[in-house]
Amino acid sequence: MASLDIKLKVDASGLSCPLPILRATQGIKTLQSGELIEVVATDPGSVKDFDAWSKSTGNAMVEQDAADGKFRFVLRRK
Amino acid sequence: MDETISIVLFSGTDDKLQAAAVLTAGAAALGRPVKILLQYWALEAFRADRIAADHGLAAEAGVAGKAAFAAAAKAGQSSWADTLRVAKEVGEVDIQACSQSMDVLKLKQSDLDPLVDGVEGVAAFYINAGEGQILFI
Repeated sequence: MASLDIKLKVDASGLSCPLPILRATQGIKTLQSGELIEVVATDPGSVKDFDAWSKSTGNAMVEQDAADGKFRFVLRRK
Repeated sequence: MDETISIVLFSGTDDKLQAAAVLTAGAAALGRPVKILLQYWALEAFRADRIAADHGLAAEAGVAGKAAFAAAAKAGQSSWADTLRVAKEVGEVDIQACSQSMDVLKLKQSDLDPLVDGVEGVAAFYINAGEGQILFI
């Protein structure tokens, strides 16, 4: 698998709802259209939250996985 | 569809203020405008000299609820005021003090934390809410 060119990594581990999507919102604003942000969260609600956030904001979900209680999201700025 | 969420924030305990802050921040992250009208005990909690104080919890919290809330705070959960500050940074969040509550509590806008954008009456609140949802907390 080709590695993604991630511009910004945000570690939202240990933060509870709604801080992971707030951090993502703050972070993605610093990117140009088309650039990628990676967010890692431990809040189990973040899976549905990031899905909703992606659909609502139009920032596309490029990659998503979960391992060892960590949820990872890669999104592309609209 | 009018996507604005309007919240009448009446309660002044930390748990209810936290719930309102979470709902506000989530909406702000989704790009939905949020308008908050502060009344009575919520308004009191936004006083500049008290915003960081302990405002207690709703009666139904009980001993176990208080312990859970204290543990969350100790684990680094941000305060409702900090959550609202971040929400205002990322989105369109307007916080207004109810002019009638200001009068009852003998407050001036200069007594309030800078999170509060202004003072308005209930008619302005309804007009600004438009056809959007109104929550009461």
